[in-house]
Amino acid sequence: MTVEMLVCVRRVPDTSENEIALNREGNDIERDDLVYSINEWDNYAVEEALQMVAKAGGNVTVVTVGGDDDEEILRREMAMGANHGVLLCDEAFDGSDGKGIATILKAFVQKGHYDLILTGVQAEDGGAQVGGMLAAMLDYPFASLVNSIEVRDGKTLKIGREIEGGNKEMNEIDLPCVLSIQTGINEPRYVGMRGIRQVASLPVPTYGAAELGVEAGAVGASGAKVKRVDYFAPALGKGARMLEGSQEEIIDELLELVKAKGGLK
Amino acid sequence: MMVRSILEPAQANYWLMQGQTLFLILHILGVACFSYIVAKRMTPLLRGQTDARWDRPWTRLGMVGKFWLGQWKQPRYRGAGTLHLLIFAGFLLLATRAFTVLIQGVSVNFVMPGLSGEAGHVYGIITDYAATAVFLCMVIAMIRRLVFRPARYEVPPQYGQARTADAIFLLALIAVLMAADGLLEASKAAFQTQQGQPAEFLAVLSLAWMLKGALLSTSLPLLQNLHLGSYVLHEVTFFFLLCYRPFGIQFHVETSLFSVYFAKLDRGTLKPVRWGVSEEHLDEVKSFGVKKFEDFTWKHMLDFYSCADCGRCSDNCPANAVGRPLSPRFLTRKAREYSFQHYPVLGRADQGPNLIGSIYSEDEIWSCTTCGACEEECPLLIEYIDKIVDLRRGMIDDGNVPQSLQKPLKALESRGNAYGKMEKKRADWVKPKEFQLACNVPVLEGEQRADTLYFVDSITSYDDRMQAIGRATAKILDHIGENFGILGAAEKDSGHEVRRFGEETLFQSLRDHNVEAIQATGVKRIVTSDPHAYNALKHDYKNMPQVEHISQVIAREVKSGKIQFRPVEDKNNVYTYHDPCYLGRHNQIYDDPRDVLDAIPGLKRVEMDRSRDRSFCCGGGGLMLFYEPKEDQRMGVKRVQMAAEAGANVLVTACPFCMVNMEDAIKVAGLEGKMTAIDLAELAEQQLVRKAPAAVEAAEVAGMQPEFAAGR
Repeated sequence: MTVEMLVCVRRVPDTSENEIALNREGNDIERDDLVYSINEWDNYAVEEALQMVAKAGGNVTVVTVGGDDDEEILRREMAMGANHGVLLCDEAFDGSDGKGIATILKAFVQKGHYDLILTGVQAEDGGAQVGGMLAAMLDYPFASLVNSIEVRDGKTLKIGREIEGGNKEMNEIDLPCVLSIQTGINEPRYVGMRGIRQVASLPVPTYGAAELGVEAGAVGASGAKVKRVDYFAPALGKGARMLEGSQEEIIDELLELVKAKGGLK
Repeated sequence: MMVRSILEPAQANYWLMQGQTLFLILHILGVACFSYIVAKRMTPLLRGQTDARWDRPWTRLGMVGKFWLGQWKQPRYRGAGTLHLLIFAGFLLLATRAFTVLIQGVSVNFVMPGLSGEAGHVYGIITDYAATAVFLCMVIAMIRRLVFRPARYEVPPQYGQARTADAIFLLALIAVLMAADGLLEASKAAFQTQQGQPAEFLAVLSLAWMLKGALLSTSLPLLQNLHLGSYVLHEVTFFFLLCYRPFGIQFHVETSLFSVYFAKLDRGTLKPVRWGVSEEHLDEVKSFGVKKFEDFTWKHMLDFYSCADCGRCSDNCPANAVGRPLSPRFLTRKAREYSFQHYPVLGRADQGPNLIGSIYSEDEIWSCTTCGACEEECPLLIEYIDKIVDLRRGMIDDGNVPQSLQKPLKALESRGNAYGKMEKKRADWVKPKEFQLACNVPVLEGEQRADTLYFVDSITSYDDRMQAIGRATAKILDHIGENFGILGAAEKDSGHEVRRFGEETLFQSLRDHNVEAIQATGVKRIVTSDPHAYNALKHDYKNMPQVEHISQVIAREVKSGKIQFRPVEDKNNVYTYHDPCYLGRHNQIYDDPRDVLDAIPGLKRVEMDRSRDRSFCCGGGGLMLFYEPKEDQRMGVKRVQMAAEAGANVLVTACPFCMVNMEDAIKVAGLEGKMTAIDLAELAEQQLVRKAPAAVEAAEVAGMQPEFAAGR
């Protein structure tokens, strides 16, 4: 069998390479000096898709909703081995909430034929909404927090899900379906500048609202039913204490505290 | 009794064939067989990548004189080295004798031109002793192998079977060859002496002389047979050895001359991705690095043949010493076995599997710190770093990179440093108030100009502890009146480790950025306190102004008198200097740091057993700090224990990465409070006699103390 796969990806500020600070208005983070990368969960999803295709055959398409800047991560995933990258870009999409993004993706999915759709469990700056909503809109079965996938035959997959507390459950799921992929499912391959340069000349088609047949009012800021009203770093609550001093002093004090609370005997 | 002459092998009849004919056939067969085997062995070399080794013939001949003829590296191991020197000298001296004996099998009266008469007799005496020495060396070598069994010859189980039997067999064959030659001479001399004929003088106490003594009362027919028989033995052994050598470690007898002639001449450099392909055309190269055997260059393949399996590389390899899954000796041996298997002498060559996953593991290749201890030790100048880097380039190209390295590589790409810190904070290390009062470090941007650039590099810019090295360096430069500045946010990581971890494309982008930034400043000199940056600027970058490491600057200014030191405060402290790999071995800067230490009055300094070109790597710098190796112990822990054994309680180094590893190791080894580590620049700055008034100086010194007292 061959599997036609779609992986929905997103470009996010890289938390390990940025010092996230609030902007002056207090409604967003300061974005002047940020560097972006692909959302970590999505990268695992693409790697999983590539490994499945290497075994079963097929194609991997990566798609993102965003602007011209977001093409960078599509290229990165194409350098990893994804066959196609598609950018869904339209002014009407700006300010979409989770449901809006899922609506746009649903329209794209219905333009083609995909056996399996993967998303990351969540985005570093998101709310783990899109995968489930997309599945519901498509009326596809959905499984979240997937940390293993085994292709059984042309019709079903055997998937493992992470359960809180470290347990694992195994499920069978019918194709076509949507899975949200947990980190740690594989070891994503490295992509360097050379790989990205090699795919630089490949076309990345762009689709707007009209091409996708998305009604402009249903997406974007106007269609958003969830609106951000505030953004802040929570104030330190009572009971939280910052230890100060040299590293050694901090460690000593911490040990004392843990001992005092009965954590160490 | 009728006096008759001994019958020479060429004249005698061996069964139905005259000796002359028999030996001509055997000679031709032997040479043909050897030529065929060698031609087969050369096949992979012809399929390998090109390598630029045809330049600088005079330098190369010099290398041959020093390292091949002069056996320069051999005495580094006193016992084995002396044995090898004797055997090598013996072989060289005996070569002419061996050819003469071979030709005499076909032409009785042949004498090597120039060796008739007196010269011939003198040469005869020399070869008698040479053969005796070689024979004795073989016996000693066999005893060493069987009885004393030096640890470095052992084969750990994961690397396969020990080859002791093979080694003994080869040693024995050489001994037999020497004995046969001695017997050939002795039987003839004994025969002639018994007949009252003038006999060739045999050197007193030589093997031939002793054999002659033993044969003086042997019957003439038996002596005749011994003479003819020993020739056959000599013939067969000689050609068997010749044809057997290309199947094992003794092939180095033939290949070492070429390995040494074609050896790498430029220390500290790395081979390009492909020789003969300029950087502009690298995008057209389909595959980077070494993935399959044929991706090695022909010289690197030649190295595999030349390795004599002496084990000195692995004996000095820090990765091997701490139980990482890497042993340079077996890196070579596995490649040789691979090439023998897939390029057989009999049968057709086949396409073998990729090297990673078949003979090499990923961890094996990532385990190397590129410290260069193996290359420093190898008597045959076999290269390892270029091969390791080429294998890494192959893995990077396939996306096969440990997760622990992917984040820092990505951060280097987007932020220009492995820590993912913001570019605009790169110069934050100059900001502490007390430092700004003492020393002004301008960022060279816009109209700001200076003669000298202090290239700080990432770890010294961002790491809280290493920033102190940066400030000490800046204060020293300020003290000697150097007109200097830094690049600040315009500086990116030198890319030294990026390149050595095989990420060539990323390295080139970092380098191009830095070269442009440096050239824009118009500086005449670059100083750095980081040996890795030093090596990158000196060897990996092109068209750079003069580059110096801060230890060189301090040593020079101590000589000029601009720098004077106060005596050490605590006379009980014992200092030892740890040579950073990229300052010492790769750039031969051993004396400057020591001269600086010795210029500090009252400083007591001891040397560790492993020092200078035998320095033991701290654990590696740059990306190696992120890599999670499989190991039994940290290299740094071993190193601080060596310092303790030497009786030192202050470990001085001259590299920020050494500092990271040493300070961690001191804690892990439980030596906290008993040993401290300090950078040479920090120590020098601490001991500076300042021109400023005494009161200010005292205040500054007092202000400095907490900086050194603070741990990581």
